[in-house]
Amino acid sequence: MAAAAKQGGRPETAAPYAIELKRISKSFGPVQANKDIDLRVPRGTIHGIIGENGAGKSTLMSILYGFYKPDAGQILIDGQPITIADSQTAIRAGIGMVFQHFKLVQNFTVLENIILGAEDGALLRPSLSKARDVLKQLAQEYQLNVDPDETIDELSVGHQQRVEILKALYRQADILILDEPTGVLTPAEADHLFRILEGLKAEGKTIILITHKLREIMDITDNVSVMRRGQMVASVKTAETSPEELAELMVGRKVILNVEKAPAAPQAPVLEVRDLKLVDDEGVERLRGIGFDIRAGEILGIAGVSGNGQTQLLELLGGYPEKGATVSGSIRMNGQELDLTGTRSDARTRRERGIGHVPEDRQVEGLIMDFAAWENVAFGYHDQPEYQGGLLMDNARIKADAEKYFEDFDVRPRNTHLAARNFSGGNQQKIVVAREIERNPDLLLIGQPTRGVDIGAIEFIHRRIVELRDAGKAVLLVSVELDEILALSDRIAVMFDGRIMGERLPAETTTGELGLLMAGVTDTENHPASDGIPPEQNHVEDLPKEPR
Amino acid sequence: MDFPTIIQILDSAVRLMTPLLLACLAGLYSERSGVFDIGLEGKMLMAAFTSASIAFVTGSPWLGLLAGIGGAMLLSLIHGLASITFRGNQLISGVAINFLASGMTVLLGIKIFGLGGRTPALTGGGRFGEITLPFAETLRDVPLLGPIYADLISGHTILVYVAFLCVPLTWWVLFRTRFGLRLRAVGENPASVDTAGVSVTRLRFVAVIIAGVLCGLAGAYLATGLSAGFVKEMTAGRGFIALAALIFAKWRPVSALGATFLFGLLEAIANRYPNLDLGVITIPSMFMNALPYILTVIILAGFVGRAIPPRAGGEPYVKER
Repeated sequence: MAAAAKQGGRPETAAPYAIELKRISKSFGPVQANKDIDLRVPRGTIHGIIGENGAGKSTLMSILYGFYKPDAGQILIDGQPITIADSQTAIRAGIGMVFQHFKLVQNFTVLENIILGAEDGALLRPSLSKARDVLKQLAQEYQLNVDPDETIDELSVGHQQRVEILKALYRQADILILDEPTGVLTPAEADHLFRILEGLKAEGKTIILITHKLREIMDITDNVSVMRRGQMVASVKTAETSPEELAELMVGRKVILNVEKAPAAPQAPVLEVRDLKLVDDEGVERLRGIGFDIRAGEILGIAGVSGNGQTQLLELLGGYPEKGATVSGSIRMNGQELDLTGTRSDARTRRERGIGHVPEDRQVEGLIMDFAAWENVAFGYHDQPEYQGGLLMDNARIKADAEKYFEDFDVRPRNTHLAARNFSGGNQQKIVVAREIERNPDLLLIGQPTRGVDIGAIEFIHRRIVELRDAGKAVLLVSVELDEILALSDRIAVMFDGRIMGERLPAETTTGELGLLMAGVTDTENHPASDGIPPEQNHVEDLPKEPR
Repeated sequence: MDFPTIIQILDSAVRLMTPLLLACLAGLYSERSGVFDIGLEGKMLMAAFTSASIAFVTGSPWLGLLAGIGGAMLLSLIHGLASITFRGNQLISGVAINFLASGMTVLLGIKIFGLGGRTPALTGGGRFGEITLPFAETLRDVPLLGPIYADLISGHTILVYVAFLCVPLTWWVLFRTRFGLRLRAVGENPASVDTAGVSVTRLRFVAVIIAGVLCGLAGAYLATGLSAGFVKEMTAGRGFIALAALIFAKWRPVSALGATFLFGLLEAIANRYPNLDLGVITIPSMFMNALPYILTVIILAGFVGRAIPPRAGGEPYVKER
């Protein structure tokens, strides 16, 4: 069986799938996280599930692990229908999960973590000695070496992950789900992990790898399923697909957005970024030497699959890089050097320098959800002189501004006293965009301006962005929506793995070419980017095609 | 200070530390499971009242003890309901319990016994008697060890011995059993327990209930062992002192023994020497009586080393993906 599994992950004839999901749906309130998901994972294969943040991958896996109950649909394990009511059931069904954020007890030893919840009796001693033996065995079999008596907080992240895998194997998991396993690993650790996974596959284990990294999918999986906006949009054999096709499937091709705009008339550079580097507190290089200019009267679009450093770039420019990050390079705004560290590098100083920021996650960084809309309108600008009324704040003035913004941006319902959370996503975004644009910044940073925003609001927001440009301001647009980038940008830069892979003019490029750059492929000569991907490959393919 | 005096002070310290030790262990179970418990004081007070009342009515300290455990457990369950089931703020719930106990005991006391909030004094059979260990009298004349055995170790009520036995028992439960492993895990990282398929809610409730039982023992000892009946606010901050001892002991059972002994000793010294004459100056009794509380403040202010509480302490567990 192991030999068969190695040959491209073909299932044994008549063998049922290790996992089969039929029309699984799950919504949280009005948000449909998973819609009619079908998935078949042949036994003894590595199956990649790829999709952007928020595509519904983690929800789907949480359903498999008994954290959520699906609203509809059926789960079959080894051909047997099963109801997974809780994690205990999932464990008993042979499912093991390695979460993105490890579920380990920091001050316990490896052994204690391994047996927790899987003890053999009321007393610990027999369980501990049994686990010690099993661990020794597993270590030999799968190169999973960890000192059983070390406490977790003394282990490196890579070793902690091994403990999580060992935990699953100790519970005799046949199906191992790994959620974004390489996010916290160094490249060497990631390579080691992949060797472990290969070893597990050779032993007949089934592995589901959730990631948004195309390279990992191409390197290690047998099959890959693509999720977008809660739906499974494709399931293909990895050997029969390409990174660019997957990139496009992930990002999706929407109705072409039409934004009417005159050609740009760029003037002097407003923002000059040189060799910007950022290493986060876990030692991962998030930005590896970013450089670009934005001129007044120009929109620079940054395309890329999410998680390639765009967030870090926006946060750094906006004045709030992740805690513990090490930053180097230079940012010049209107010819003046901006501080990268210290008290003059904060968000307030950036705003004083004329940088407006519509953050990617409006609900966390853009708004305080439980505060009234009119209060949210003042945030970031609350210390402006016009809002000071002597000892107290001039709330009347803020409310008047809020009324005006609501009118100008057509925010509905037209009630500035409602808490921010009571507005729809589109209207929440309008509040944030209004706040930043009405301040007339020299440079507007805008991340995912239309994520979770309805069509009407999208057009409106796009129009306002173009108007700002026509008023001679600079705009940095970061979006994972390729169509949005293509429709709005005057120039496009593609980010991959913390670098800018290249700059293109929207009129002179194609989604195919951009897709390649997004997948980290710079050599475009071998892949004529004439018309991108043939349309028929975009259709959902059932998997696998072999007779059963 | 001669030898018999030392023995007497130590003997008194052992009596005085007993309620502290029991309450401290109660807090240890609760907080190790991730539920902060500043309601130790209230639970002890309630247990003191119920045990004294029942002991008076029935004349049996044992039934009193049961009633004490029941009274404290009732408050424990309220705390569990508020902070585990409904994910409320554990500190606020604890404060509420303290107020509730402080008011309820007096109110019920006045209503039932009409003695201004006290219960009638327990006589003879209503209290736990002192147990004389075998050979205490015959061994008394052995030098050094004799008096230690006869006067210090022997001659306490059953609850004192129970309290001291609880220390190794708690250690064993915590570090040698499945329940202990899970209890410690749930206080450090409840998600690890949850993903292992074990109920966080159930574990925490068990811990809180154990805390109730131990507070019940502590309260019953106060009312039916150490004194003879319930007096308004008779716990006198012992619940908070026990909390300080718990932090001092870094949530470890054996250290808890040492920490509570220190507090008991301070109280014993203050009782023995109301005005401590040091030759040069005489320390006034007010200061001596305040000593345990001063030490509490010092410990809670973090002057005694770094105490790392259970990592998930105080946080209601909300399942996330």
